[in-house]
Amino acid sequence: MTEKQLMRGSHVIGEAAVRAGCRFYAGYPITPQNELTEYMAGAMSRIEDGVFIQAESELAAVNMVIGAAMAGARTMTSSSSPGVSLKQEGISYLAAQELPAVIVNTMRGGPGLGNIAPSQGDYFQATRGGGHGDYRHIVLAPASGQELADLTRTAFEYADRYRTPVMILGDGMMGQMMEPVTFPEPLDLTGLPDKPWKLDGAKGRPSRVILSLLLNTALEEELNWKLFRKYETIAQEIPAAETFMTEDARMVVIAYGTAARIAKGAVKALREKGLRVGLLRPVTLWPFPDRVIRDMSRSVADFLAFEMSTGQMVEDVRLALEGRARVHFYGRPGGIVPTPDEIAGVLHTRYERSGLGGLS
Amino acid sequence: MITETIFAGFGGQGVLMMGYVFAVSVMRDGMNVTYLPSYGAEVRGGTANCTVVVSDEEIASPVSSSPDHVVVMNNPSLLRYQGMIRSGGTMMINDSLVEAKLARDDVEEVRVPVTDIANELGSPRIANMIMLGAFAAKTGLTSLNSLMNGLTEIVKGKKASIMDLNRKGMEQGARYVTRAS
Repeated sequence: MTEKQLMRGSHVIGEAAVRAGCRFYAGYPITPQNELTEYMAGAMSRIEDGVFIQAESELAAVNMVIGAAMAGARTMTSSSSPGVSLKQEGISYLAAQELPAVIVNTMRGGPGLGNIAPSQGDYFQATRGGGHGDYRHIVLAPASGQELADLTRTAFEYADRYRTPVMILGDGMMGQMMEPVTFPEPLDLTGLPDKPWKLDGAKGRPSRVILSLLLNTALEEELNWKLFRKYETIAQEIPAAETFMTEDARMVVIAYGTAARIAKGAVKALREKGLRVGLLRPVTLWPFPDRVIRDMSRSVADFLAFEMSTGQMVEDVRLALEGRARVHFYGRPGGIVPTPDEIAGVLHTRYERSGLGGLS
Repeated sequence: MITETIFAGFGGQGVLMMGYVFAVSVMRDGMNVTYLPSYGAEVRGGTANCTVVVSDEEIASPVSSSPDHVVVMNNPSLLRYQGMIRSGGTMMINDSLVEAKLARDDVEEVRVPVTDIANELGSPRIANMIMLGAFAAKTGLTSLNSLMNGLTEIVKGKKASIMDLNRKGMEQGARYVTRAS
């Protein structure tokens, strides 16, 4: 472990990626995540076999990542909302070809070119397989500096373990904010499992092929079911969520990333007033931690999804609950970051209107 | 105990640096801290601000609803934040540049002519460190030593004469508010 240091979120991802063995980074600048590209430029230049490429476009960057992943490297690209849209073709190919890679989306206000303020408007794109075809990929949603460090390492592990692209979904605030962070020791890359599928020259062995063009429909169907089974395994193995003051809660806020931090402040403030409110924070957005939410509905009848969007994750909350509890929603889209007071006000109102106040 | 502070002023006044040095300083003091800078298409002469939350417990929100302290280096910042600061809070004002009076009587107003003091010391650029010294002395949230250690950690490799000047600035700021109270 390193000594604690105060670091900007984007830099934390960069340092954690290097320590997780990332040796190939390609990206194209876009605010509010330029600090990550900047960090990787410096970091890769200090590593003997490190490669940094500022590509000519987002699409070129993700295709370079495809190539490096095929060759067996731990690899990463990053962008912000409009740039991530451009990468979707490549992400679909990564999924089809079962290639491990980490993609960072530091979300900003949209749609279109939008603005550069923090937003959570890309939830659907991230969790539904934002490119074409029948695929999903893992989506991790860190909510603190330390978690950025921890989940970046996890992202590389999951990518290799499941041979899948993994997205780290943050936002402008997570990228710009500084918090104290400690890093784990750099990973010993020689200790990692071999990748028996990688393309590293066929000398002395039969040649290998990685492709996504399957004109034979039977083979394409087989690939789709294979991917589907993999996604089922992932959905069994890795869903994760943090719960805060939910034990005796009558109303539980569900929020992720930056929104969860703000909601936690609101929950703390309302607890001081005696309201029995709690917070559930999905750490994995895909797979969504639906079991923990469903289990919670045994004691909680009211959930409030709070997002910095007009309502996307709330659909997963409804799917998880399948009508077992009331689902409220509050959202601030477009790059607005509400204060804890605002969320506390909304929660308080819904709490009283749902008849949860009074004698408790 | 949680304390929220907003530092605000013109871009170029070292407002983000003030918050950054303060944040590193309290982190080394053993506290939890979040530092949230404003960002955008900022330019020299535009507005800049940052929010620093300090607590001995886990910090939930890095976004402040109503700050305990606000440090304003220019007029627009005073107007913007005087309605937000919590009752009983402290507003530290750069008296050299801010003409407006605080329109609240439930907030302590501390005026320090930091730009004038900086000019007397021979460098207008250390106005922010003078204010930071005054802020630390007024609030007791950290010590001048911690601030100097924080600054040294951030600007590694600066000339000793420049670090001396910054220290002198912090001390002058601290002396100004302790003398005035």
